[in-house]
Amino acid sequence: MTSAHPGDGLTVPVLALGRTLLVTLQGELHDRTAERLRQDVSHRIARSGALGVIIDISGVDIVDSYLGRVLAEIAANARLLAAHTVVVGMRPAVAVTLAELGLTLPGLTTARDVEQGMEWLARRLPAADGRGRGM
Amino acid sequence: MTAAPGSAVATCLPVGSDTDLTWVRQQIRQVAAGLGFGLVQLTKLVTAASELARNTLVYGGGGHVEITPLERGTIRGVRLSFVDSGPGIHDVELAMTDGYTSGDGLGLGLSGARRLVHEFELDTAPGRGTTVTVVVWTADLPAARPGE
Ligand SMILES: Nc1ncnc2c1ncn2[C@@H]1O[C@H](COP(=O)(O)OP(=O)(O)OP(=O)(O)O)[C@@H](O)[C@H]1O
Ligand SMILES: [Mg+2]
Repeated sequence: MTSAHPGDGLTVPVLALGRTLLVTLQGELHDRTAERLRQDVSHRIARSGALGVIIDISGVDIVDSYLGRVLAEIAANARLLAAHTVVVGMRPAVAVTLAELGLTLPGLTTARDVEQGMEWLARRLPAADGRGRGM
Repeated sequence: MTAAPGSAVATCLPVGSDTDLTWVRQQIRQVAAGLGFGLVQLTKLVTAASELARNTLVYGGGGHVEITPLERGTIRGVRLSFVDSGPGIHDVELAMTDGYTSGDGLGLGLSGARRLVHEFELDTAPGRGTTVTVVVWTADLPAARPGE
């Protein structure tokens, strides 16, 4: 699933960081790529037991109602598999446009960047490794 | 005068597959960037275009889009016409309602696209197809013009 040509719209890299999946969307995404991504993420969660999914859209120029729906569906599917999803890095111009389009994406959590997304997930997840989180 | 003198040639692109959608978005982005659209205006334009082109593909059974650069005084813009000869829209008011979809969409394409553009025109008749024409200018006009 790792892309040899980032941004070619045909493949999307999904990286496992511990029990979190990091999905990085880049540039133009074909509809069928988005559709396949939806299935891929579910399979990866089921197989790996991931507890969190971070979708980085900082490289995405536009989010239309189709991609918005795909993102919401990924989050909903992940939830059924007991994983939390956070969308990070939405560009300001994209956020403004989404608001005007009327796409509110209920049930979708957003954070500024991958780091904040990680923090949000960490607050949601039990400290699984027994070492605690230094608190 | 509306069309940019000399360069008023409309570009016509097919809308027949999801690969075409990608191409259409890229071409419109390129044209608008060349006309001096700012980032936000560009993002709105391409997003609206993506919605309308997808409707042409999904509901209109495919068609084409015409891209025409415009000029009004010092302000530039672009006109996009999304044309199909599909089933047409029976109830325009309903189709323009936020949240109405006859498929499995969010029902935001038409109503949302209208909010993203300066001019919006829907020409449709049952059995005759649908043409949606939008115009977007590089700057908001004529209401607010903070002394350039
Ligand atoms: N070109 C077209 N030809 C025929 N019917 C159309 C066309 N464009 C839109 N429609 C009708 O208008 C409805 C509303 O369109 P709109 O784009 O607002 O929502 P949607 O495409 O159903 O969902 P979304 O765009 O949010 O994914 C469509 O469900 C369809 O019935
Ligand atoms: Mg639509």
